[in-house]
Amino acid sequence: MVRQFGEVLLAIALAPLFVGWIAQCRAWLQSRTAPPLIQPYRMLRKLFHKDVAMAADATLLFRTTPYVLFGSMVLAAAIIPSIATDLPFARVADAIALIGIFATARVFQSLAAMDIGTAFGTMGARREMMVGFLAEPALLMVLFNAFLLSGSTALPSLVEAYSAEPISLNPSLTFAGVAFVMVLLAENARIPIDNPATHLELTMIHEAMLLEYSARHLALIEWASSLKLFNYACIGFALFLPWGIATHGADGGLALLLAAAALIAKLIVFGAALALIESLSAKLRIFRAPEYLATAFLLAVLGLLVHLLLGS
Amino acid sequence: MLDPAAGPAVSHAAWVARDILLLQRHDLSWMLLLVLGWLFLGAIGLLRPHSLRFVARGLFPAGAVIGLGVALLGGVALLAGHAPQTMLLPLGLPDLPFHLRLDALSGFFLLLMGVAGAGISIFAAGYFRSGEGTAPGLLGLHYHIFLASMALVVLADDAYFFMVAWELMALSSYFLVVSQHRRPEIRQAGFLYLLMAHLGALCLLFSFGVLQGGNWQFSFDAMRSANHTPFWATMAFLLALLGFGAKAGLVPLHGWLPEAHPAAPSPVSAMMSGLMLKTAVYGMLRVTFDLLHVQFWQWGALVLVLGLASALFGAIFAGVKTDMKRLLAYSSIENIGLIFTGIGLAILFEACHLPLFAALALSAALLHALNHAFFKSLLFLATGNVLHATRRRSLGALGGLGRTMPWVAALALVGTLAIAGLPPLNGFVSEWLLLQSFLFTPQLPRPFINMLVPLGAAVLALTVALAAYVMVKFYGVIFLGQPREPALEDAHDANWLERMGLAWLALGCILIGVLPQIALRATGAVTRQLLGKTISFASPIWWIAPIAPKQASYSGLLLLAGTICVIGIAYVLVRVLAHGRIRRTVPWDCGYPWQTSRMQDTAEGFGQPIRHIFGPAFDMERELPLPSDNAPRYRIHVEDRLWRMVYLPIARAVQRVSDAIGVVQGGRLAIYLLFSFLTLLGLLAGVL
Amino acid sequence: MPHTSHWIVPSLNLLASILLLISFAMLSRRRTQRLITLYAWQGLALFVSTCLVAYSSGQKELVYSAGLTLMLKVIALPWILHRLIQRLGAQWDSELLVNIPTTMLVGLGLVIFAFGLAQPISMMANTITRNTLGIALAVILLSFLMMITRRKAVTQVIGFLAMENGLFFAATSATYGMPMVIELGIALDLLVAVFILGIFFFQIREQFDSLDLHHLETLKED
Repeated sequence: MVRQFGEVLLAIALAPLFVGWIAQCRAWLQSRTAPPLIQPYRMLRKLFHKDVAMAADATLLFRTTPYVLFGSMVLAAAIIPSIATDLPFARVADAIALIGIFATARVFQSLAAMDIGTAFGTMGARREMMVGFLAEPALLMVLFNAFLLSGSTALPSLVEAYSAEPISLNPSLTFAGVAFVMVLLAENARIPIDNPATHLELTMIHEAMLLEYSARHLALIEWASSLKLFNYACIGFALFLPWGIATHGADGGLALLLAAAALIAKLIVFGAALALIESLSAKLRIFRAPEYLATAFLLAVLGLLVHLLLGS
Repeated sequence: MLDPAAGPAVSHAAWVARDILLLQRHDLSWMLLLVLGWLFLGAIGLLRPHSLRFVARGLFPAGAVIGLGVALLGGVALLAGHAPQTMLLPLGLPDLPFHLRLDALSGFFLLLMGVAGAGISIFAAGYFRSGEGTAPGLLGLHYHIFLASMALVVLADDAYFFMVAWELMALSSYFLVVSQHRRPEIRQAGFLYLLMAHLGALCLLFSFGVLQGGNWQFSFDAMRSANHTPFWATMAFLLALLGFGAKAGLVPLHGWLPEAHPAAPSPVSAMMSGLMLKTAVYGMLRVTFDLLHVQFWQWGALVLVLGLASALFGAIFAGVKTDMKRLLAYSSIENIGLIFTGIGLAILFEACHLPLFAALALSAALLHALNHAFFKSLLFLATGNVLHATRRRSLGALGGLGRTMPWVAALALVGTLAIAGLPPLNGFVSEWLLLQSFLFTPQLPRPFINMLVPLGAAVLALTVALAAYVMVKFYGVIFLGQPREPALEDAHDANWLERMGLAWLALGCILIGVLPQIALRATGAVTRQLLGKTISFASPIWWIAPIAPKQASYSGLLLLAGTICVIGIAYVLVRVLAHGRIRRTVPWDCGYPWQTSRMQDTAEGFGQPIRHIFGPAFDMERELPLPSDNAPRYRIHVEDRLWRMVYLPIARAVQRVSDAIGVVQGGRLAIYLLFSFLTLLGLLAGVL
Repeated sequence: MPHTSHWIVPSLNLLASILLLISFAMLSRRRTQRLITLYAWQGLALFVSTCLVAYSSGQKELVYSAGLTLMLKVIALPWILHRLIQRLGAQWDSELLVNIPTTMLVGLGLVIFAFGLAQPISMMANTITRNTLGIALAVILLSFLMMITRRKAVTQVIGFLAMENGLFFAATSATYGMPMVIELGIALDLLVAVFILGIFFFQIREQFDSLDLHHLETLKED
């Protein structure tokens, strides 16, 4: 239980730092002065202390959604084994059910965006749901790959099955890994699908849904988004880079410390890689998104087929 | 339970013996009594056919109570695990009395009908208004005959009785569909429905004709033990698929569904979508698994392809439709597609001797059937409320109803989230199980199949995600945002009976979602009867782990509890560490000063990405305004391509044939009499 | 089998998958320039995999054919094609007959077909690379598909060349390569084919002022 709470608190604390780290890397890559690592925390503090300015006819749905988003992301963080596999909550949902939890958050966010009835809100909701239904088949195929290799979709079992094996470049896992990164970028509203920094009305997706939110509600949503990115990264580590996670039976205090260190190291490398990808690619027009996600889907399916051909 | 390896004759003898032993158990007689109760309620409505008070406040709640009884007995038949009970009724043909039978399979569907039917009946008690089409008494008669006939379809144990109940179901529902018969489009929808129902019934008749296998015994027991050659078994299967597929609305036999379901009054739409489609699922399972004992994997592949096609088709079309009831009707096609996907997988696994995975897929299909009965009924009933409050069906005229109809909005939100397949509600559980069973398809011992079928999982995921899209559109456009017409400001909420009905169904959605194992025990009884296997049940009741906990597990209850805890803690912390001040103002919307309700996305706008991405699926007709237009008008009309490519050519061919035959129709009585006379002569000559 | 160390087979599988991936990438690219680059990469992957097979099976001849691959497919042909499109001014040509997601889905269907077909055949072969036969077959079919879905003459030639890559890979994976004489013959053929087609391009462009092959339809007599 202690391990569980520690893991969740670590996730909640690290998530904004991870976003800050990516922003820093991007700034360096673009020869700008980098904001400090704790910039997201400063932002959150500022937002929490402001007064909420809310549209007059916002309903209860609008007000509860930030909490629902935050709650489901924290819960997802409790389920994903980021430093240890032996967590009491880890078996509440397998990887497929995790997609479901993310989908719940997405639907709530879209509904809340439609609540006030502004043009941008509804447009954002529509686009967000579109990206969602394009990304989910690809994501499922990635999980299918993982299932074929390990015989499980429960993340703790997956991690334990992988960690037991020697390190090798498995073609199907390589393909699935690339597909997963593509889906991760799309699902977390990052370049090439969305631009987290834009406020140009016609190109935005995620930001368009948040336009009516302010102060503590906005802070919760921002925190939830950073948690979502963090969660996706941790799912990716569990699926493709499970080494370092403390497995069942070998998870004393020292092992946990090592696991946390490994997690932070992975996050640093992965964050830098994300920043590199984002700096190198251009934002796609919204109707090129199907092509982009079809490519991710294709990669995942190729991985699956190659596994069936070569593995048999 | 019976040993499936034992010969059919032995098992029959065993059933008879157990029947005698279990004479003290009279579940089936009670069940029959309850079904008769429904018929009786319908009949006494005729005493005072124009009294809305008597019919609505008296008879419909009584019908709901009977529904609960039916559900209870169905549940007992399921979970008690005793042998099937049979009964003969001294009715029917001279040498073929009506056979009845209550086993796990029929018990499950009775449970489904009873529970969901109870909710719909309670709602209907508050729903019907006087002066809307058919007189209340007559409506009550049709309604209760409809309920009773569905129960009899499930209870029938011989082909003849099955067909009688089946036709009764089709007819009574036809009368319900055309209850507002003064509107021509409703009459037209009703006609199409009746036509498809009869074509389907004809296929079933032929199917049973093949199933009796040459010994002219029409009881299901005889069919079970008949030996079918592979060719005739496949013929029977295909005919049954046609017949039940037409009733279920599988693509390409779906043409009637989006016409008939929206035409009916909302409780009837709910019954047709939630319950009647399930009788087709029942029939499919009965014929394929029970009577034909699954023989070829190709059957499963066919059902799987049809199921996936229907699911995707339904989801895509629901995405572009702008009439709220029509949208739900297409969503029914989608959900039926998901159910048949599960059935197809189950057949595939069973034919390849992987019964455990077959049980998993079948459990998913059955659970989804149950779930669909809850959430689809709930949503159809909610549209009934919206319809009564606003008199509008087009999404383009609605909006912002969440503020004026909070009860309906809150309860419909549960249905929306459930049908969108989101945890921790019930729709998610069945879709999760279906995806789990897809994970094992690479183990199918056939080349090509083991590579093609896993791709079905991607189609499934796409469908489920599209369903979420559709439901955001449905709920967001109706209940959220600003009212698109000024009249909507004074829409009234549901009355207390309606609220009870909606709440009952919403409760079902939540309960099955949070504690799915209860429902899975019920489906387990069915899979044990049909396949001899069940999925494994995890030990505390709030877990499910269908194959093994190491493989995959899920717990809706813990998920819900965890989320609520986190939300609670977050709320308290935010309030303690920060503050709770709120300033109400005008919406910001990027600083645009002027906002009207017409600036919101319309339902058409919401359909635009789907039209764009799945363009080739539609027949589109668009009218775009020019920049110079003074009164710009945007119009889009999206039609089903299959309608033009399949239905219309058939209709035209039929028209041509009937024109050709029409030649003999000269209008002279003497000629007609001559035809009859010649027929008579011919018949006599044939007999001699 | 001599020298079969444990890392050979996984690496070969990975290379085979990369070949397949490049074929798909070719299907989805719009620009001719990119296609040529991808073709060069494909040749490189082929070279590495042939070297690996040569090392593990100890077949001397394969080393020569690997060298030939490197010379011809990684260096010579891409360079020739590159010069060609520069002379023709056709770097940006991209006319697809079918949209990309549909092409990819069709391509997936072809891959499944190829894999299903190859499963029983590869059981008969006894090379360590036999499992990759399905991939080789898929590469051939995908290149064919690319030729069908493109309009421009240059892209069709690249499809043709990629198809030959697939054939070469099939030969290596099923029987450790074709006899040297045949391989040399094919290489020569390819070279000549590219030259002749290059001359054709100039002719076509002179005739129609474009390399779009739908102009050829006007040659039909009716």
